[in-house]
Amino acid sequence: MRHIISLLMENEAGALSRVAGLFSSRAYNIESLTVAPTEDPTLSRMTVVTTGSDDVVEQITKQLNKLIEVVKVVDLSEGDHIEREMMLIKLRAVGEDRQEIKRMADIFRGRIIDVTDKSYTIELTGTGSKLDAFLDGVNRSAILETVRTGASGIGRGERILKV
Amino acid sequence: METELTGAEITVRCLQKEGVDYIFGYPGGAVLFIYDELFKQDKVRHVLVRHEQAAVHAADGYARSSNKVGVALVTSGPGVTNAVTGIATAYMDSIPLVVISGQVPTHAIGLDAFQEVDTVGITRPCVKHNFLVKEIGELAATIKKAFYIASTGRPGPVLVDIPKDVSQQTTVFRYPESVAMRSYNPVTKGHSGQIKKAVQLILGAKRPMIYAGGGVILSDAAPQLTELVQMLGFPCTNTLMGLGGYPATDPRFVGMLGMHGTYEANMAMQHCDVLVAIGARFDDRVIGNPKHFFNEERRIIHIDIDPSSISKRVKVDVPIVGSVSDVLVELIKQLKSRKETVDQAALDAWWAQIESWRSRDCLKYDREAPVIKPQMVIEKLYKVTGGNAFITSDVGQHQMWAAQFYKFDKPRRWINSGGLGTMGFGLPAAMGVQFANPGSPVACVTGEASIQMCIQELSTCKQYNLPIKIINLNNRYMGMVRQWQEFFHGNRYAESYMDALPDFVRLAESYGHVGMKIQQPGDVEDALREAFGLKDKLVFMDFVTDQTENVFPMVPGGKGLSEMILV
Repeated sequence: MRHIISLLMENEAGALSRVAGLFSSRAYNIESLTVAPTEDPTLSRMTVVTTGSDDVVEQITKQLNKLIEVVKVVDLSEGDHIEREMMLIKLRAVGEDRQEIKRMADIFRGRIIDVTDKSYTIELTGTGSKLDAFLDGVNRSAILETVRTGASGIGRGERILKV
Repeated sequence: METELTGAEITVRCLQKEGVDYIFGYPGGAVLFIYDELFKQDKVRHVLVRHEQAAVHAADGYARSSNKVGVALVTSGPGVTNAVTGIATAYMDSIPLVVISGQVPTHAIGLDAFQEVDTVGITRPCVKHNFLVKEIGELAATIKKAFYIASTGRPGPVLVDIPKDVSQQTTVFRYPESVAMRSYNPVTKGHSGQIKKAVQLILGAKRPMIYAGGGVILSDAAPQLTELVQMLGFPCTNTLMGLGGYPATDPRFVGMLGMHGTYEANMAMQHCDVLVAIGARFDDRVIGNPKHFFNEERRIIHIDIDPSSISKRVKVDVPIVGSVSDVLVELIKQLKSRKETVDQAALDAWWAQIESWRSRDCLKYDREAPVIKPQMVIEKLYKVTGGNAFITSDVGQHQMWAAQFYKFDKPRRWINSGGLGTMGFGLPAAMGVQFANPGSPVACVTGEASIQMCIQELSTCKQYNLPIKIINLNNRYMGMVRQWQEFFHGNRYAESYMDALPDFVRLAESYGHVGMKIQQPGDVEDALREAFGLKDKLVFMDFVTDQTENVFPMVPGGKGLSEMILV
C-alpha cells in the first residue's frame, strides 16, 4: 500500500543522506522524496512516498524515528491529508496544437509560463494522478521534457506536524 | 582574555572530562596534533595497537567488560577503513563507543587528497550516529554529544571525524555540562499500563518462558532478571549475547537457545504459552523461521529499549519500550503487589516436561575419545578458572562451544561478536578486557583460523604485558564452514582446510610470550593450570583437537526451533 510519510529533521549537512541511506540499506521502496527548509531555518521538512505492507511501513517509521537528526515522523496516510506535486512540462506547440494545448492547460488549471514560436512550457500542480492524467491527455509525441517535484503533503484541519 | 586551546588540546581535554582512562589507537598524518596533545599529558593513556581494526575491538572489549564508553583513535583514509569492521561489530551488538578519526584539512575535503575517504559516508550505515566537525567552535559540544548518544538509549558506536586544520585551530574551551537534543530523547521508563498487561499474562501462564538477551547485560539488569526468574520460578534461557545475564549454574537456567541452543531451551521456547522476551530481538539465529515459530500459539511480552526491535521479525502482543532494568524493577514491583500467584500445578507439569527434554543430554560428547575434544577443553577451562574468568571469543565452532560449556554466572564475563560474527575479534577484545579489569584472568577462546585474523596483536600484548591466555582450539579447519559443508554441501570442503599453519608455540615465543602445544586429552587440565599459574605471562595454548567434531544441537538455517539436528 502507498504511504506518504512526513518528517521534520534538523537542517544539517548529511541529514538527507541518512534518510536516503536508510531506505536503500533496509531495502525499503521509495517512490519520491522532497525536502526543503521550513519557516524555522534549523528544520527541514521532508515528504517521502513509499509503498509496503503495514509491517514494513511500521518499521520504516520506527527506523526513521531512530535517526538521531529526525525530530518528528508522521504517516500522513493514517488520516485526512492533502498532497500536491508540481510538474513543469515543455510541449511542442505548432499550428493547431497551440490552441489544443492551451485548452488542455486551462482544463487542468495549469499555467503557461514560457512561450516560444515552437513550444509552450506549462506549470501544473495537483495530486500525482492529476499530473498523470494530463500527460495521458496530451499527444505523447508533443512532449519535449517533463520535470516533477514529487509529492509534498500536509495534514487536513487541525492535524499539525510541528516541533 | 581567556586562553584559547587548539582543537587537539580540546579533544584531549574532552576525553579527560569524560573520565576516559584508556584510548586505543594508531597514529597517522591527520591525527598528529591530537597525538601531540596525548603525549603532553598522562590522564588519558594511549594503547598502541598494530592495526586499527584491533583498536576498535579493544575499545569494544573494554566497553563490554566495564560498562564504560570505549574510545578509539584512528587516522584518516586507511585508518578509518581498517576501523570499519570494528565499528560494524560494535554497532551490531549495541556497544557504546566513541571513535575519533582524523580527516584531511577542510580545504582539501572532496579533492581526493592523500589519505582522504568520505568517513562519515562510509561509516553511516554502521554507526549509531556520526559527525564531521567543520568548525572548531563545534568541537567540544560535538564530543559531548558523541559520548551522550553512544551511552544512552540503545547504545552504539558514534564517530567524530576531525579535519586536521580543525585540530590545529584555536578557541576558548568550554565543555557543556549536559546535552539537550530535541531530536534525541531516549525513553527509559516503560509504560505502566503495558507492564500491568504483562503482569496479567505472566500470572495466567501455564507454560511460561523467559528469553533474555544482550539488553539485560547492556542495561546492567542481571540482578533484576535474577530476582524476577527466582520469584516466579519460571525457566529462563539466554541468547548468545545475554549469557551471564542469568546465572548458568542455577537449575532454572535451561541453557542458551537458538541455532546452537540446547534442546530444552529451544523446545521450551517453541512450546511455551507465555513468552517474556527481555532485551532480545528474535534475530535469525534465534528464530530461524518465524512462520514455524507461530505453528504454536503463545502470547509474547517484549521489553526492549528500541521500538524498532519490537515486532520486526516476530509479532508480539504486549510491547514495552523502556530500559530493561527500569522496566524489570517496575514489573517486579507490580508482581509483588498482586495477591494472585502463578499457577503452581501447571508450572510443575511444565517443569516436568522441560526436565524430560533436559534428560536428552543434548550437549553430550565422547569423553573417552583418544583425541582432544574441544568441548572438553572448555569444560576444563571452566573448572580451572572456577568460572571466574573473562572469556572473549572469536567466531566459529569454538565460539559456540565456549557459549555452551562455560557456565557464565555473572554478566559482562562473556565477550563475543554475536551480531556481525567478526573473526579476529577475540584477541584485541581480550586486550581491552584486560585493561578494564587489571589482575583478572582473561582468556581468549579462538581457533587457528580466527586467531590469524588479528594475530599481530600479540605484539601489543607484549608491549603492555597483558597476561591473556589464548585457548586455540586447533582443528586445522575453519570448523564452522567445514561443518556446514559436511551437512549442506555434500562434504565438499571448499577452501576450509587451514594449510600451512605456523608453529604457534614458536610464533608466540618470537613475540616474547609463552607457547604450549597440547596434544593429549590427559594433558589438558594440567596444561591449563600451568598456564593460569603464569599470572604475568601471555600463554598461547595450542590445543590439537578432533578435526571432525561438530557443534550440536543445530537448527539449520531457516528451520524451526524444534527441527534440531541432535548428536
